[in-house]
Amino acid sequence: MIVDSAPAFDVREYLRKEMMPHFLCPGCGHGIALRALLWALHELKVDKDKLAVVSGIGCAGRLSAYIDASTFHVTHGRPLAYATGLALARPDLRVVVISGDGDCLAIGGNHLIHACRRNLKITCLMLNNEVYGMTGGQVSPTTSEMRVTTTTPLGNSEPHFDACALAAAAGAGFVGREGTRHVPKLAELMLAGLEHPGFSFIEVLSDCTEIFGRKNEMGSSSEMILRQKSELRPEAYRDTVDTPFRANELPTGVLAKNARPEYGAAYRKAAAAIKAAAAKKGRK
Amino acid sequence: MNAADSPLAARPAVQLVSGNHACALGAVAAGCRFFAGYPITPSSEIAERLSRALPEVDGVFVQMEDELASMAAVIGASMGGVKAMTATSGPGFSLKQENLGYAAGAEIPCVIVNVMRGGPSTGMPTRPSQADIMQSRWGSHGDYPIIVLTPASVREIYTETIRAFALAEKFRTPVILLYDQAIAQLTETVQLGDGMPCAERLWASGAREAYRPYAAAPGAVPAMARPGDGYRSHTTGLNHAEDGFPTQHPETVERNLGRLLTKLDSHLEEIASWECIDCEDADVLIVAIGISARASRRALEQCRSRGLRVGLFRPLTLWPFPENALQAAAAHARSVLVPELNTGQLRLEVERLLGRDRVAGLHRIDGEPIAPEQIAARAESLAKGTP
Ligand code: SF4
Repeated sequence: MIVDSAPAFDVREYLRKEMMPHFLCPGCGHGIALRALLWALHELKVDKDKLAVVSGIGCAGRLSAYIDASTFHVTHGRPLAYATGLALARPDLRVVVISGDGDCLAIGGNHLIHACRRNLKITCLMLNNEVYGMTGGQVSPTTSEMRVTTTTPLGNSEPHFDACALAAAAGAGFVGREGTRHVPKLAELMLAGLEHPGFSFIEVLSDCTEIFGRKNEMGSSSEMILRQKSELRPEAYRDTVDTPFRANELPTGVLAKNARPEYGAAYRKAAAAIKAAAAKKGRK
Repeated sequence: MNAADSPLAARPAVQLVSGNHACALGAVAAGCRFFAGYPITPSSEIAERLSRALPEVDGVFVQMEDELASMAAVIGASMGGVKAMTATSGPGFSLKQENLGYAAGAEIPCVIVNVMRGGPSTGMPTRPSQADIMQSRWGSHGDYPIIVLTPASVREIYTETIRAFALAEKFRTPVILLYDQAIAQLTETVQLGDGMPCAERLWASGAREAYRPYAAAPGAVPAMARPGDGYRSHTTGLNHAEDGFPTQHPETVERNLGRLLTKLDSHLEEIASWECIDCEDADVLIVAIGISARASRRALEQCRSRGLRVGLFRPLTLWPFPENALQAAAAHARSVLVPELNTGQLRLEVERLLGRDRVAGLHRIDGEPIAPEQIAARAESLAKGTP
């Protein structure tokens, strides 16, 4: 259990001190998500030298720079595609992707569904704060209906994306969701995702306090966390689409799991067979 | 890898292959061990060949979900320390520009093959073109350095693919191999084993505390950290300082971007490559690349047999353009003729270097190569002073 070892975990061991203070707004949920990730990595005793973190563009994308590992802050929406090359070329590394809802579902949506389908060992965290925070608060594919953003002044009338349903339908080996309201639970979910042998997708419900919260009069960051505790965004899941993950209450925890073969291992196995056949042919 | 394990070992040293096949052979010979691509005519044969050849040498082939992803995956593999390549054609090359700019800015070695076909947009997928000359130089946003090589024969595709990897690794830059559909699908002989040995990237060594990912003298190439080697460095597409982290500090940006932008110019002698045929006494100098250079070569022979003093200057390194070499070759020429399969992209660069007065173009955009006779006729009228 992750909670038991809490005292042994010192987040500073995994952070780049030279990058402090960080650039996140006070109360931003992304810092909580980062702490949960580092905690899970600590529990797994991951060697920092063998850890590669790839992130996209946006507030979530900036998190990689704070982690004391080999870190790659790449182009908008493409971290999964970069990570695919890295993980295939270097199966000895542990590859973690940090993305946001715009990065992962809008501009990078195609890469997400194919990463789920391919099932290469990558742990993908999608930090969902319902908004494009870094660019000033525009509507995103996960903005709840009727929420106000800088590009939906009348309230958002597009239905939001259920990222977990999408990932599961596309074949991701591990799919889970948790909010920043519960750090040990979140860290535990991340730990389970990191331990999964194939592709794992974890949606983290995070709060953009300064932009989204302010615009929608959701109160202080602690009020936003309390709101998570009491209702966990029910307004986001009130529509009528009938999918497994859209009941009245937003489900959290592990939502889907399968044991499909991990792509990299399957590829190397097939390659070894080709080489063996070629060697046999050469001997004749 | 043991030489006897090589897929090349069992094969004859001279092979009759297509241009795209030669590219795949050159890549494996250069040590390329990762290819990510997306199907597109007329470059798909490169991907097909490598999907078979790479697993035989413990490499990886992956067909990605789109052109953007294949460029991104190639950079990801190269960040992991593996020599990596992708191949495409015009429409895909447009899509690759986003991540190509990242590779240029973050200084990640990689090789991109662009088999040119007609345009704009979908153009003529099975027809030759040379209309990506400027896109290969300026296709991504911002100022950045890039190397572009333009082979004109199957054998040269093989040797230039190897050179592309050598330059990419040495100078930590994307290198584009730019050739047209006609040469891609032409069949000629290749001498396996030709070409320069492929240099290894300069890897970080020494104490982690002392390592600064982008620290290098003006115009120099910094050592790269391989993930897993204990350096735990940061790479970003944001403007960065010597420590690899983002910065907006004007002097730091100026210094680091300045080094990046002069990196190739300060090694021009090593990067530039060209061929001069009968330039010394030429009244009319033809400047051409790829299939147009082949036709020009024939035109040159036709003109010389008629007693006309015609020469040919053929850049093999297209960007950075071999400026001094062209200026020297054209020193005595009264006229300069630039035949190309576009409406004057190479001519623009030649005019920039030699002035507009003595430069004439010969352009074809209908999907057919320019015939030697067309070039010879134009060169003849220029030689006789009747344009
Ligand atoms: S803009 Fe929003 S998401 Fe970005 S750092 Fe501030 S609070 Fe966090």
